[in-house]
Amino acid sequence: MTGVTGAAEGAVKDVPGARAAVVPGGFGRPSLGARLLGPQRRNLWFWAFVGPFAIGLGLFTYVPLVWSVYLSFFDAHNTVSPTGEEFVGLDNYASMLTDDAFLGSLGTFLLFTVFIVPATYALSLALALMVNRLRFAQAFFRSVFFLPTACSYVVAAVIWKLSIFNGVRFGLANTVLGWFGADQTAWLSTTDPPWYWLVIVTVRLWLQAGFYMILFLAGLQRISPQLYEAAAVDGARPGWQTFRHITFPQLRATSVAVVLLLVINAFQAFDEFYNLLSDARGYPPYARPPLVYLYYTALGRDQNLGLGSAGAVILALIIAVATVVQARWFGLGRKED
Amino acid sequence: MHDALTRAGRALRVVVLIALALLFLIPFYLLVRNGLATERDITAPDWRFFPHALQWSNLTEVFDDPSLPMGRALLNSTLIAVSTTVGTVVLASLAGYGLARIPYRHANVVFYAILGTLMVPAAVTFVPSFVLVSSLGWISTLRGLVIPTLFSAFACFIFRQYFLGFPKELEDAARVDGLGYWRTYWRIVVPNTRPVFAAVGTIVFIGAWNAFLWPLVIGQDQEAWTVQVALSTFTTAQNLNLHELFVAAAVSIAPLVVVFLLLQRYIVAGVERSGIDD
Repeated sequence: MTGVTGAAEGAVKDVPGARAAVVPGGFGRPSLGARLLGPQRRNLWFWAFVGPFAIGLGLFTYVPLVWSVYLSFFDAHNTVSPTGEEFVGLDNYASMLTDDAFLGSLGTFLLFTVFIVPATYALSLALALMVNRLRFAQAFFRSVFFLPTACSYVVAAVIWKLSIFNGVRFGLANTVLGWFGADQTAWLSTTDPPWYWLVIVTVRLWLQAGFYMILFLAGLQRISPQLYEAAAVDGARPGWQTFRHITFPQLRATSVAVVLLLVINAFQAFDEFYNLLSDARGYPPYARPPLVYLYYTALGRDQNLGLGSAGAVILALIIAVATVVQARWFGLGRKED
Repeated sequence: MHDALTRAGRALRVVVLIALALLFLIPFYLLVRNGLATERDITAPDWRFFPHALQWSNLTEVFDDPSLPMGRALLNSTLIAVSTTVGTVVLASLAGYGLARIPYRHANVVFYAILGTLMVPAAVTFVPSFVLVSSLGWISTLRGLVIPTLFSAFACFIFRQYFLGFPKELEDAARVDGLGYWRTYWRIVVPNTRPVFAAVGTIVFIGAWNAFLWPLVIGQDQEAWTVQVALSTFTTAQNLNLHELFVAAAVSIAPLVVVFLLLQRYIVAGVERSGIDD
């Protein structure tokens, strides 16, 4: 970053007239206006380019966050500008943290993460390894596995809920099981055993594995062929040994990024849960991840925005802590110093 | 012996890949099969891989059903996806260029303030953003559906990284010729960095077309439904027509599959270049 800025400054000095605009130390202070504009009006230009974006981001990310923290201290039903009388201090936080449904939603997220992160990691890495070594039809296989990325969770949920895992006889899964003489299963409404997890996890696995396969393929391309040659000279057999000692360690940076992305995306899960599990009667009491819980709390019938905001703040804190812990753990940012 | 093993391994790998590819394609096949079948064929107790007859009239039927406003929803989705894509690319590329190339004392602070929002997922911002948009009176409006989503830190980050790698000599030559920052950006940088614009544009377009939570929360009136919200609502309808739902779902992803297959090269480059892993 600093290197780039320095280089830019060096380059600008060659431009005629640039010198005059650069403030020389000790030759009298330039006016406030001149200082605000910066040398060559660069400050002005900087804000002309970055300003619209930065203001929008501030308005639609930072302002709502601050407002939400404020709302979280009020009993704000159906209102976004509560009066002083509705101030409830930390009550919203207390009721959130003692609410079994909220804690249950965190548990749902954890369980979902335990399923989806290793499954997606393993499948996308396996796909990348197999596709990478192909000598023919590589582009075809890559396209096939990547194509589901274009599908929305809503469409995928329609296919999973009403065709593959339809609980009636014509559902594909029940049909196939029927060929082996198995009974029909009501995949989404059976809670014991919780078959709905199979439906939820496979949707996301299908939809996102190709995306992470692309990341792994890029990582594989970056590994120097010389490493493999050296390993072969040292007697490492192709296959498991090479993977264990060369490929896998070389993919460390990609793996860290993939795991971080998988966890944060699992945390944001909403679309497939909502579309798979809710029906004309509403959403069942089980399998509510944080976002589904917040949706029904803050935007449900009683629009409890104060309570919903408190929940959002708690989630933000959890994410902040988790991110720092993960970054420390994986040693992110170390090389930048 | 060893060679035979490798050859067997290679053959096994191809077999596994073909099996997986078929598995990955089954959902698309089901979408088309159910979308073009009669209701009777879909719900028949004995499974048929191909329906008795393809019922193309499903395609017109889906646009005539008042409980599933497909025409309006497709129009809304198109408007939203196009304006989101254009807006995001313009705003993020300008900001990315400013951050990469215009020396400013506090550029780092601004950059980290932008990057920091990547750590704040939608799970946290959607309630507060809803609060803001509803107090602006933007519920069920195009601006409410589009404007809050235009400021993508991710897109800004990709543009900045890409512009940092752009040969500086070209720009310096332009500066010597007397071009200011704006004209350098518009005449030199943009025409020479089209692939990154294509990559970010396609990724944003797909994301906007497939977005669900925000359109669900903001597009409350039926006139403001996107394709995804319309499909989702129809899924929970009382007496559901499966063939109609599936043909609607197929129609909703058809434009995207075309865009995806045509521009896949750019999407792959964009995903790879997102730079998250280095």
